[in-house]
Amino acid sequence: MTQRKIRVMVAKPGLDGHDRGARVLARCFRDAGFEVIYTGCHQTPEQIVAAAIQEDVDLVGLSCLSGAHKALFPRVVELLKEKNAGDIAVMGGGIIPEQDFEALYAAGIKAIFTPGAPLESIVGWINENIKPRA
Amino acid sequence: MYFSERTSDASAALTKKWEVEVVKSLQSNPDQKERFSTVSDLEIKRLYTPEDVAHTNFSADIGVPGEYPYLRGNQVTGYRGRYWTFRMFSGMGSAKDTNERWHLLLQRGQTGLSTAFDFPTLMGYDSDSPKALGEVGKCGVAIDSLEDFLVLIEGIPLDQVTTSMTINPPATVLWAMYCAAAEIKGVPLGKIGGTIQNDMLKEFIAQKTFMCPPEPSVKLISDTVEFGTKYVPRWNTISISGYHIREAGSTAVQELAFTLRDGIEYVEDVIKRKGLSVDDFAPRLSFFFNSHIDFFEEICKMRAARRMWAKIMKERFGAKNPRSWWLRFHTQTAGCSLTAQQPYNNVIRTTTEALAAVLGGTQSLHTNSLDEVLCLPSEHAVEIALRTQQIIAEETGVANTIDPLAGSYFVEALTNEMEAKAWEYIEKIDEMGGMVAALEKGFPQMEIAEAAYHFQRQIDSKEKIMVGVNKYVTEADHPVPLVDIDEQVSAQQIKRLKALKRKRDNRAVIQSLNDIKTACKKGENVMPYCIAAVKNLATEQEICDVYREVYGEYRDPGLY
Repeated sequence: MTQRKIRVMVAKPGLDGHDRGARVLARCFRDAGFEVIYTGCHQTPEQIVAAAIQEDVDLVGLSCLSGAHKALFPRVVELLKEKNAGDIAVMGGGIIPEQDFEALYAAGIKAIFTPGAPLESIVGWINENIKPRA
Repeated sequence: MYFSERTSDASAALTKKWEVEVVKSLQSNPDQKERFSTVSDLEIKRLYTPEDVAHTNFSADIGVPGEYPYLRGNQVTGYRGRYWTFRMFSGMGSAKDTNERWHLLLQRGQTGLSTAFDFPTLMGYDSDSPKALGEVGKCGVAIDSLEDFLVLIEGIPLDQVTTSMTINPPATVLWAMYCAAAEIKGVPLGKIGGTIQNDMLKEFIAQKTFMCPPEPSVKLISDTVEFGTKYVPRWNTISISGYHIREAGSTAVQELAFTLRDGIEYVEDVIKRKGLSVDDFAPRLSFFFNSHIDFFEEICKMRAARRMWAKIMKERFGAKNPRSWWLRFHTQTAGCSLTAQQPYNNVIRTTTEALAAVLGGTQSLHTNSLDEVLCLPSEHAVEIALRTQQIIAEETGVANTIDPLAGSYFVEALTNEMEAKAWEYIEKIDEMGGMVAALEKGFPQMEIAEAAYHFQRQIDSKEKIMVGVNKYVTEADHPVPLVDIDEQVSAQQIKRLKALKRKRDNRAVIQSLNDIKTACKKGENVMPYCIAAVKNLATEQEICDVYREVYGEYRDPGLY
């Protein structure tokens, strides 16, 4: 039996329009053999969570470069839990100062990647840590 | 022909001889890599010779500054009469915070203002909107109403300092606030000067700050052009921008082509919709380019842009006024070239890019601060960035002579090559039926996505190098102090909004919003109604909600 592919949603929470990183990653994930859903810009945490559940993804990758990550990333994790979808993993990326890492990990963000992270390292992390959910 | 026949023959013979030597030398000293190319991956030859510019005609293609086709600059006297404007883009926190930063910058020798708004303001939402969660005052200043705006410009002489506002979908509203503020301060509209970015096409293509669909967005822009032409003649009503196209990952040629094609679209719309003649408004169109790290590619892009726009205005639109032929532009150094790793190296990147912008003949310049890849810039980092421009202007001597690189075989050949490649794109978009049609097909978006991905792959394979990222990596960085925006800004703004809505004449607000709605439905110019509404203290979002209601909302198709 072949295992189904990992399903990843790349999402842009908030009003930030800096989507270069998100779009490059979406392509990269597709080339790495994942199934990819990209939300486009300007999604509320509620919209992201609803889409993640509907699309039955294994991982949500949040990208934010506006400084709103502290409010928006934990909100996505919280809403997933509320909707009984706490097993969907969430990772984050963008302009995120190191001083914020601890609070984000504590809020349930599984991994954080900042500018300069090689694409391979992100794909590698997913392959190691994310399994298609049953 | 650029050179006499005898010179050409001699040069061709010499070049042949040199080529033989190259082949010999390569056997013992191979090149470091197989292919050499710009940051945009445009292939560059080992040597450029007179043959590369054999078909360049000095008088028609190069000429002199202040003469068509303006390759060498618009101004007859270059930077000798006046340097470019030192214009640092700034805005953070509350209107009061930003006003303080502005006064500091002016004290330090900055010569023009440039406003960064926060995301809610950029997207047409007030600070109390649920959509503004976590964003108020973060990436720029939060402006909700004329009250905030008056705090922002406190103590700024509006008849002396020009102000640029990076604002797009709500440009009519923020410009209306500026006009209203001028009236309140007793400065006639004819005396104020500045720029609103107001370029929606590049938002759909790259920056993604959009509100309504493309067609009504262009209509609102034409309203501002018409209003400016009639009442605010010193205002640049559109800053046709390649900056964000480039930051989104385009090549230099794509930036050049898509920007000029956007310009064509706006000119066509104003002529068609407003019945203005091209020379009525074209002199107030301005441009905004990126200056990336590949030194010569940037200089050539800017030179090519001037020559192409002159041709477009003269040949395509039949403009008669030489001022319509001028491409005047602001430049910002490339944010995307900066690295979070070893951040002090960013000073060197920015310096190189600023120098390219000056050699490319910019009229105005923002230099990025070394910490902008990490957070909003600190006062110290901004000062270094501003001083970078002042050192280039006052110490290096590069502003002594106009367009000093003209006549270089390489520079002229690369300028020609980039121009030719940009025309190909423009023709392609013409064939698609224009830029609105092209972006509805996703054409420019996908071209940029392709280029961005290609570049990232080249970084990963080390075909392209970013120092500190994929080569010369160090474990321990020298950290820079980070600026954090006070979370209180959001609470304060919300409080101010509540108080505003209590004290203003709400009936007058409703009436003025209805007037805007009627103007939208009838296709009338919204500007006079916007000015009336902001004077009645209607908020930014209240006006933008009218646009959303009448014109509909645009959603990101999420192409990648």
